Amino acid sequence: MKSVIVKLENVNKRYKDKTIIRDFNLEVYEKEFLTILGPSGCGKTTILRMISGLEPVSSGKILLDGVDVTDIGASHREVNTIFQNYALFSHMSVEDNIAFGLKMKKVDKDRIKKEVEKMLDLVKLKGYNKKYPNQLSGGEQQRVAIARGLINSPKVLLLDEPLSSLDYKLKKEMQVELKRLQKRLGITFVYVTHNQEEALSMSDRILVLNKQKEEQLGSPIDIYNNPNNKFVADFIGESNIFRAKVIKVIDRYAYVEIDLGKKIRIINKSYKVGDQIYIMIRPENITVGNRLSENSLEVSVKELIYNGANIRIIALFGNKEIKINVKNSDKVALKEEITISFNTKNISSFVK
Amino acid sequence: MKKVLKNIFIGLVFFFLFLPIIVLVCFSFNSSELNIVFEHFTLRWYYELFSNKQLIEAFTNTILIAIISTIVSTVIGTMGAIGLHKYNFPFKNTINKLLYIPIVIPEIVLGISLLSIYTLFKLELSIYTILLSHIVFCIPFVVVSVRSAINKNVDTIEQAAYDLGASNFQTLFLITLPTLLSGIRAGALLSFTLSLDDVIISYFTSGPSSNTLPLKIYSMIKTGITPDVYALSSILLLIVFIILTFNILMQMRSIGSDAR
Repeated sequence: MKSVIVKLENVNKRYKDKTIIRDFNLEVYEKEFLTILGPSGCGKTTILRMISGLEPVSSGKILLDGVDVTDIGASHREVNTIFQNYALFSHMSVEDNIAFGLKMKKVDKDRIKKEVEKMLDLVKLKGYNKKYPNQLSGGEQQRVAIARGLINSPKVLLLDEPLSSLDYKLKKEMQVELKRLQKRLGITFVYVTHNQEEALSMSDRILVLNKQKEEQLGSPIDIYNNPNNKFVADFIGESNIFRAKVIKVIDRYAYVEIDLGKKIRIINKSYKVGDQIYIMIRPENITVGNRLSENSLEVSVKELIYNGANIRIIALFGNKEIKINVKNSDKVALKEEITISFNTKNISSFVK
Repeated sequence: MKKVLKNIFIGLVFFFLFLPIIVLVCFSFNSSELNIVFEHFTLRWYYELFSNKQLIEAFTNTILIAIISTIVSTVIGTMGAIGLHKYNFPFKNTINKLLYIPIVIPEIVLGISLLSIYTLFKLELSIYTILLSHIVFCIPFVVVSVRSAINKNVDTIEQAAYDLGASNFQTLFLITLPTLLSGIRAGALLSFTLSLDDVIISYFTSGPSSNTLPLKIYSMIKTGITPDVYALSSILLLIVFIILTFNILMQMRSIGSDAR
């Protein structure tokens, strides 16, 4: 049994008469990397701010390590936040920025000095003590912000889209680094982002949020391979989604009919004949040719996009565009009309 | 060719801008009482200036008023700007707009209205009424310049401070005020210079026994410009120049830390 470090119970948040968060429940486990993933305006930052104490809840309870902290302000909660724009104190040196939390706690000077050095070492900024934030690059500022939060050894570190203003390469590097840091320190991270790639690569669990509601909570693999619904399937990764109608059910399998009267075999999830459902296939699970005979479609090639390691084929099935990824090394014979096929076990299905 | 023309143009602008000031400084060292020809170098006018008790008094008054009104209006104005940003209260928008009125209103109107208020409340006109008036008209300038330094980033920075365990008080003094320093400094400088050379409002609100330097100069030139006025103006010029240099150095320091 994993121990719960943060618990939100029936949390509501209203601004004037607008409800931002309704009856929200969440358990964050100790030492895990939980990502709250959703499009902008889904309420993810509000949830983070309520955990930090910067935003009071309208009703409900927040427990931190078993203690009710609902009425405790941000300055007395043992959590720290990394803000989107870093929020470094521009008039203070790197050293003073990092030491700020300990200074507020009136820790003695010698210990602060030692701790700051330890943190600078941890975030690979040794020797940057006397520099000012505006002398640093975006990535370096980010590390200072992380060190400034971690020095207080918070029970939970909250990260609000911390990588969104970094360039692609730096973002990738920081992703790896953040994950390593989290593992090494064993601190719980709650990470908010709208970037599904970040979420998939770093998290132990992902909470997909849409329109103030939880859509799915699970491991990255689970969320990617078995989305609960159309929103998650569409939002995480790339997908080909078809409307389908169940026409036959034979114990483990169900047969569905999609556009143009094509029949597809899927794994049965206690469907009944006549059910209207959706099925989804990831572009990388589609093979060109008829090698996998379980399900196949005849399509016409519309566009080829060369991506280096992969070739993206955009094909037309009726008037529906289908995205297919094939490896460059596969050397598929590309004609105008091709047959594509996919395995039953790679098809996800959901009712809404 | 185009470049030469441009440089000539810039040169002319600066020449006409600074010519009067240069002439003024030169004539303050002129031994002739008539400021038509330059005879030879002398410091006589400066000696005379410093032996003139009235002038020295007016000078101290001016500096004192400028310093005190700058301090008071900077404190009040800064608090006002932060309060207006942070808190919501009825008529907030109206107050925000009303702030510009003392800035755009003709000084003469402000002077007369202040005078009538003092008479209404039977306040005896003195150096203190001048001081009070200066504080009043400096506050909006401070509010406006501090407010220009407040942006959304400041809110996040304050939140970061709370998040790291700072109290409201600590956040204000350790984080908010230092972050707004550029705006506060600009407001203070503006107040100081406005107070230093104010004639109109001081004219209406000064008592018979109180005098400031601009008022004194104003009364002196009624009887023709004498070289000691040049000397006095040169000293004023020097003071402003020192303050300006100081401010530029401060700015350069903060820009210096901006450079990567």
